[in-house]
Amino acid sequence: MPHEPGINEPSRLPFYVLILLLLIIGVALSVIRNQDYGVPWTPSESRQVWDIEARIEFTAVGGPVKVSFAVPNSQAGFTLVDNSASSAGYGLSYLNSRSSRRAQWSIRDARGAQTLYYKTQFLVDQYAQQKLSTAIPPLLQNLPTPTFGPAHKGAVAALSEQALKRSADNVTFTRELIKQLNDLDNQNAALMLNDFSKVEALTKLLAYAKIHSKTVGVIELEDGRRRQSIIPMIEVWEGDAWHLFNPESNEQNALNNVLVWDDSNVSLLDVIGGKNSKVSYSMIAQDITPISATKKKAAADSLLNFSIHSLPLEEQAMFKTIMLIPIGALIVVFIRILIGLKTSGTFMPVLIAVAFVQTQLLPGIIGFLLIVGTGLVIRGYLSKLNLLLVARISAVIIAVILIISVFTIVSFNMGLTQGLTITFFPMIILSWTIERMSILWEEEGAKEVLLQGGGSLFAAVLIYLAMTNPSIQHITFNFIGSQFIVLAAILLMGNYTGYRLLELKRFKSLAEG
Amino acid sequence: MASWLSSAAAFVSSLFSTSRQLNLNGVMGMNKRNGAYISRYNPRSKYPLVDDKLKTKIIAQQHGATVPILIGVIEHQAEVKRIHKLVQKWQSFVIKPARGSGGKGILVISAHNNGVYEKPSGQVITSKDVERHISNALAGLFSLGGKNDVAVIENLIKFDDVAFSGFSFEGVPDIRVIVFKGYPVMAMMRCSTAVSEGKANLHQGAVGVGLDLATGKAVRAVQFNQPITHHPDTGRLLSELVVPNWQALLELAASAWEMTGLGYMGTDMVLDKDEGPMVLELNARPGLTIQIANGEGLLPRLQNIERLATPIKYPEPAERVAYARQHFAAQPRL
Repeated sequence: MPHEPGINEPSRLPFYVLILLLLIIGVALSVIRNQDYGVPWTPSESRQVWDIEARIEFTAVGGPVKVSFAVPNSQAGFTLVDNSASSAGYGLSYLNSRSSRRAQWSIRDARGAQTLYYKTQFLVDQYAQQKLSTAIPPLLQNLPTPTFGPAHKGAVAALSEQALKRSADNVTFTRELIKQLNDLDNQNAALMLNDFSKVEALTKLLAYAKIHSKTVGVIELEDGRRRQSIIPMIEVWEGDAWHLFNPESNEQNALNNVLVWDDSNVSLLDVIGGKNSKVSYSMIAQDITPISATKKKAAADSLLNFSIHSLPLEEQAMFKTIMLIPIGALIVVFIRILIGLKTSGTFMPVLIAVAFVQTQLLPGIIGFLLIVGTGLVIRGYLSKLNLLLVARISAVIIAVILIISVFTIVSFNMGLTQGLTITFFPMIILSWTIERMSILWEEEGAKEVLLQGGGSLFAAVLIYLAMTNPSIQHITFNFIGSQFIVLAAILLMGNYTGYRLLELKRFKSLAEG
Repeated sequence: MASWLSSAAAFVSSLFSTSRQLNLNGVMGMNKRNGAYISRYNPRSKYPLVDDKLKTKIIAQQHGATVPILIGVIEHQAEVKRIHKLVQKWQSFVIKPARGSGGKGILVISAHNNGVYEKPSGQVITSKDVERHISNALAGLFSLGGKNDVAVIENLIKFDDVAFSGFSFEGVPDIRVIVFKGYPVMAMMRCSTAVSEGKANLHQGAVGVGLDLATGKAVRAVQFNQPITHHPDTGRLLSELVVPNWQALLELAASAWEMTGLGYMGTDMVLDKDEGPMVLELNARPGLTIQIANGEGLLPRLQNIERLATPIKYPEPAERVAYARQHFAAQPRL
């Protein structure tokens, strides 16, 4: 075809080669992950591995530092697969005693902020044995009876008496005590909880009844969580084993997602030569075969590691969300280019969907509609003042923050805890959405606002469904190759010059022979 | 279950056959327009020329095109009061924000006397109202994204009410011509209606009348994408519509290629009773509804132009118009 000089149609060949290349890279990386690292194609509960990272931070005062940290061991439901520690310049040793494992770091001279990492990997394993300390009976045969002040004596007696009446053994006795402590109308429990935490109160009550118990530190396993701290719970000796109880909850059957980190009954962390110490945990779930867990470790050192799994866990947890964004972008591209649905703001639906992931779908949609609806009313007033754009947007941002605070407070006082998650909405994005919708309203009318707002919401819900799909989460996080395939698909769609689905309706009258 | 499946399959296959038929008829979709025409033939650097009505006006004048006479420009809030002195010698005028979008912020004054201004509808406004309108325009109330803007004041065109009476309701009808590489390829007239509130905006309910490039006569008319035969408010038979001065109008449209260097654009024009066709606005991203108004796809015509060999000396506007009138004639279907 002859063309205007200067406007040459470039050959499309390199473009298709690029797409082919991306596809090949994507598929090859994924197959390597599957074959060499044993990552399964589909998520499966039974082969789950938890990577948990403890981050110890403290300020060294100068001079020698010794850090002793309780570390977990295999236990009911979890088998310890691997553990490692990273700590520049520190000497590291593990101290195994009969009842506990501790990691000890030491250095001759340290000053200023220090960070130590301890990383461990547990396999979810329903056949895991109750090992080591979980089966060690209490040391003392006779428990010293705790002493109580006059204020508490009556309460202790009353609480124990009722629990004793309604129980058959140590386990049921403990359960009854927890029920009473969690009963907000119980005067005796309220009296105890005035001066003690639930864990302390329970420990004392159990000791009063001559039942062996100990306080353990557990962490709640939730995929992708960061900056978690340890939660104290109680273990009670009954028969030949320790039983774990959550003093905050009457339900004792939901404890399969907690990992006992520290059951030494001594201390979680001792720092000599430092101050302001604290521990935080990040965790992440992976699907992997037990066999490949060892294989993977061997391969990771020698092979070029193409995965984000070599990063610290905190960053990995972040990537779990980041790796889902391309899927959202893919859906937006699909909706706009192939379907022809209008959305307000190109990638606003992706950001709204990310917020929905935090808030859950229904509270998210209600929150979104409330904020944008109220925002539009306020923006309607602002437009009467004829302000300049920057000032107007800033005013809308503040209005959005106020709306969010009001809704949060109102929903909290009404007892709706879902209302609290409304703060996850990206405020700047919402303000721009309100501004854009408002201009649209003035220029094109309410119908267009409903059309574009509805389109955005529809797209956001679709993206939310994709982002929360376990298979998609599994593929995007475990197979970096999938990102190349998504990229290839997006590029390919960018090359599509055919009709959009909605154009078929629009041009229907032109389709007659 | 089986009937549900078969009806779904029938629906999908009807979609495919619609798509195939549209393709056969050369109907251009949004993706095609963006990917194959706008991004290929419209250099991004030329956009500011057409997105700013003042710049468009200046280059149009430089190229000898007729435009409504520029009375003045108000750029700063401090100058707003200058408006009254500016328009003293002009009986009727229009205030437009230079970067106003979709006809927003256009104030038409048909007569004024001693600080009392009258709109075409007969409504009377004060000098303060006029000042506030200009102040809003400068603050960017009417420009997309709220960017600061300037107010352009120009002479009100005297629209040809003999040729167009009854074809438009409470508004000036304008003529949109798609110009591809300097060749007019398709044209339509946009007539305002009561539903569109006097605006010549098709998706707000204005009537789009496809025009035969050879003669300037109406080919087909649509409102809200549905074919119609009479103007919904005036009842005037739309097939009687003939645009006078057709050759001059097409030449003016074609010359926009020399003005802007944009390969694919929409030129919006009006017919003045005394001055003939005038350029109002140029558009680098013209919509696709013109195909529905004409009952024909754009692609065969665009491809016809693309197939033309490029001579050493590029054809003059008159030659290009002659080519278009000869090759893109249509059969009236009203």
